Amino acid sequence: MVMTEFWHWWVILLTSISLIGCFWIITVNLKNYAGVPEGESMGHEFDGIEELNNPLPKWWTYMFYFILVWAIGYLILMPGMGNWEGLLGWKSSNQGIVSIEESRALSAKAIDEGLLVQFDQEVKHADEVYGPLFKGMADKPILDLAYSDGLCFEKNDGKYSEIACVDEAKQPQGVLEVEPYKVGQRLFLQNCALCHGSDARGSTGFPNLTDNDWLYGGTPEKIKETLMHGRVATGMAAWGPALGGEQGVQEVAQYVLKLAGRKVNDKMADAGKAKFALCAACHGANGKGGVANGLATGAPNLTDNIWLYGGSKRAVEESIRNGRAGVMPAWKDVLGEDKVHVISSYVYRISHPKK
Amino acid sequence: MANHHEKIEKSVTLMAILTVVAISFGALVEITPLMFQKDTTEPVKGMRALTALEMEGRDIYIREGCNNCHSQMIRPFRAEVERYGHYSVAGESVWDHPFLWGSKRTGPDLARVGQRYSDDWHYAHLLDPRSVVPQSNMPSFKWLDEAVLDGEIIGKKLETFNWLTKGKTHKDEAGNYIPLYTAEEIAGAQEAVAGKTEMQALIAYLQQLGTHLK
Repeated sequence: MVMTEFWHWWVILLTSISLIGCFWIITVNLKNYAGVPEGESMGHEFDGIEELNNPLPKWWTYMFYFILVWAIGYLILMPGMGNWEGLLGWKSSNQGIVSIEESRALSAKAIDEGLLVQFDQEVKHADEVYGPLFKGMADKPILDLAYSDGLCFEKNDGKYSEIACVDEAKQPQGVLEVEPYKVGQRLFLQNCALCHGSDARGSTGFPNLTDNDWLYGGTPEKIKETLMHGRVATGMAAWGPALGGEQGVQEVAQYVLKLAGRKVNDKMADAGKAKFALCAACHGANGKGGVANGLATGAPNLTDNIWLYGGSKRAVEESIRNGRAGVMPAWKDVLGEDKVHVISSYVYRISHPKK
Repeated sequence: MANHHEKIEKSVTLMAILTVVAISFGALVEITPLMFQKDTTEPVKGMRALTALEMEGRDIYIREGCNNCHSQMIRPFRAEVERYGHYSVAGESVWDHPFLWGSKRTGPDLARVGQRYSDDWHYAHLLDPRSVVPQSNMPSFKWLDEAVLDGEIIGKKLETFNWLTKGKTHKDEAGNYIPLYTAEEIAGAQEAVAGKTEMQALIAYLQQLGTHLK
């Protein structure tokens, strides 16, 4: 936050003038110019209300002077006078940032050198207190976290460190017991429930996470990868024209519904089967989708009667006619890897209930 | 010093002039220098101009009064950064005319909502907010899906922004300021937006918010 010489002096000059001006106004106004002794009538009266020549109360005047002295002290300690950074070097946050990289470098510098940058100090404090909690969880495999009965942390000098859990009855006071999947659930509710629902069962267009049916794989690693980097579906094209119009769309829809084990018009489904070759590139020749066929296309399994965009005849035809494409945003930069790790364990747990 | 006080108190004009002088100090010290400071006139590195469609979306954002309930200003507090992302910096707003920082959060801050949810989510949410956030008290904006843009004055809008941001844009290698929009972009602006719905424009605008600080 560097000002040019001109603006530096401009700020100093105007700030000084206003301080001196305040001092001058209060001082000259304390004198009695009216020629009327204190407490006597100023000589006018209205409806029995009379103005008396009363000076400002003493305590009020002293307070005013005190505030002016305070202001001088403040301007010496804190930034205020142009480019003067103040003896304390306090800042609310790093200024003039033009990239995340620069912001990170400035924060690291502020924390290393113990600079009084309010925001960085807040983050540092939180990292010291809560960092070990998340680190304790992020260090463990997602599978372990998902079914963990709880992790115990002991607080020493305001910092948590992990200790072995013992029976609740024997647990010393002040030990914090954390159930990782519950932490994950809380984070899920804050960040993921908007699309996937608070029960994680999704809705039309937003996948149900509890049915163990995956577009990009349901192993702990794949779940974490999806959360970290997001997913952009290869995207199903609008197949209407390529299938020769409405007739083709309806035939393929019949075949797809047949794959899912539904009652269909067999004649139409057979005609649709021939055209399904177009779909096989993403859904696989068997229609079992990207994951089962080892294709990273995000194409759903069409045989399990689980439908992302609805399983009615009309909805399936609509998907084929106009195409679909879902997007999962990336959370790496928003939440950080440690938290994503914990959420992954929650998602794993709800999709793979403990046997 | 004989009773100047009385003179001031009895003249409305003098009183008004002196009042304006007294209250102008704050603005002269706190605001004026910012208008000429590099920190507040230099765009962040990743800054790019709004596309024609995003610009239309911005105008719909203003027309519908989104800024009455949503701020676009993440303050440098840890709690806020945890929720919304990196605090807003001056260099992200240098091309905003007017600023849409807002001052009230009936809904959440939108300064970094861009890319956080999918287009489909925004579509569902704008049509019927309660379909995705049951507790929401946001009104539905379903007419945006029916209103189609003609883009008649979008070219002029882009031209105006070239003028508004003079001297505050990126520089080329020779040190000259690069205007936000080329003549071609201005000429093609109408074609780029005509036929799109207002919904598409607004979503395009929302999806770029806060994504320029990289």
